[in-house]
Amino acid sequence: MADKINIQALLEESHINEVLDALDQDLIGLVPVKQRIREIAAYLLITKARLQLGIEAAKPSLHMCFTGNPGTGKTTVALKMAEMLHRLGYIRQNHVISVTRDDLVGQYIGHTAPKTKEIIKKAMGGVLFIDEAYYLYKPENERDYGQEAIEILLQTMENYRDDLVVILAGYQDRMATFFKSNPGLSSRIAHHIDFPDYNETELLEITTLMSDAMHYNLDENAKLAMCEYIQKRKQQPHFANARSIRNALDRARLRQANRLFNDAIQHKKQTTAEDLSLITEADIRASRVFSASQ
Amino acid sequence: MMTNPNGIVTQGQFSFLPALTDVQITSQIKYALSKGWAISVEYTDDPHPRNTYWDMYGAPMFDLKDPAGILMEINNCRKTFPNHYIRVMAFSSQHGVESPTMSYIVNRPTNEPGFSLVRQETEGRNIRYTIHSYATDKPEGERY
Repeated sequence: MADKINIQALLEESHINEVLDALDQDLIGLVPVKQRIREIAAYLLITKARLQLGIEAAKPSLHMCFTGNPGTGKTTVALKMAEMLHRLGYIRQNHVISVTRDDLVGQYIGHTAPKTKEIIKKAMGGVLFIDEAYYLYKPENERDYGQEAIEILLQTMENYRDDLVVILAGYQDRMATFFKSNPGLSSRIAHHIDFPDYNETELLEITTLMSDAMHYNLDENAKLAMCEYIQKRKQQPHFANARSIRNALDRARLRQANRLFNDAIQHKKQTTAEDLSLITEADIRASRVFSASQ
Repeated sequence: MMTNPNGIVTQGQFSFLPALTDVQITSQIKYALSKGWAISVEYTDDPHPRNTYWDMYGAPMFDLKDPAGILMEINNCRKTFPNHYIRVMAFSSQHGVESPTMSYIVNRPTNEPGFSLVRQETEGRNIRYTIHSYATDKPEGERY
């Protein structure tokens, strides 16, 4: 058995640097998350080297928990994580099965176990991403079937460690209560990653990134309006970080289309390619967020 | 018997070979999955070759990407019916095929008593032959 191993070569052959770089570029902010993922990547790479040299016998537990408010990029990071694990050879398939309580828990006695097992079978070899995982446990109803799903999950997480990586996601406080009532689950999760909220500058950057991806431009005034919009929207209930930005942009696109349509039909204006991709201040200022605060 | 040296029921694929190992089963499943076939696990304790409709162990598995899930189901079935015949079937839903494309036994009883040949004398000096499994003399569930 060799007692030397080339970490550099291992790193290059797994191509995880590309995933990590993509993570850095595609995701704005989230510095602590990126830091944690780099740490995990390094840990997994070293473990892989240890496995190859025979120092380590068993694969490490890879189950994770992503906590954070809605729209902070948990699902996106889960997809990247699956790709990373796949490239490092910890999972065989680069797929993420994203489920919620409805997909796991049945409606009558005896319905839950087959349903949960079905999903587990589908996710085998890849990543099972359980969004809003705390909904699985409903303490107010002791006959709730969620408990059954949790037990099956626990069993699979333990017995099929090589075949399945489970990622639980949800709001931080509710996940904390969830883990408190299911200590078995908490102890089987190796990595807890917390997703911080975006600040206003980051949200504006996200706006630019999203509009670029949709091939739209915001002019200077529109950007200022967007800035104001973000400040106001943050104060309102149900603020969902990047998701709210996406929705705001989608509605702005709707208003822009409406405006261009009216201009063309009523005022017989010529529409240029530039017009088609320009979102103006008016498109954003027409939002309900502005009218509600006055 | 020269034709069946192992003295075991030979149905489906690979049945003249020694029993498939889990690794071999996994690679067979991988092949079926790569073709996009749905895989199901079935069991029975009636070994007659004309017994085509076996009992399903759970629903057929669609949209799976990795063999581990199916192997898990096979092992669960083995645990539940250690002394039954268990087979893995692959079904192709491709237009024009729409039928099972693979079928192989992955579990069999430890002791297979085999078949007897029953001769029925009919009109004239004709003889009708029946293959009768010794195991089916007992009721279902008590055969092996």
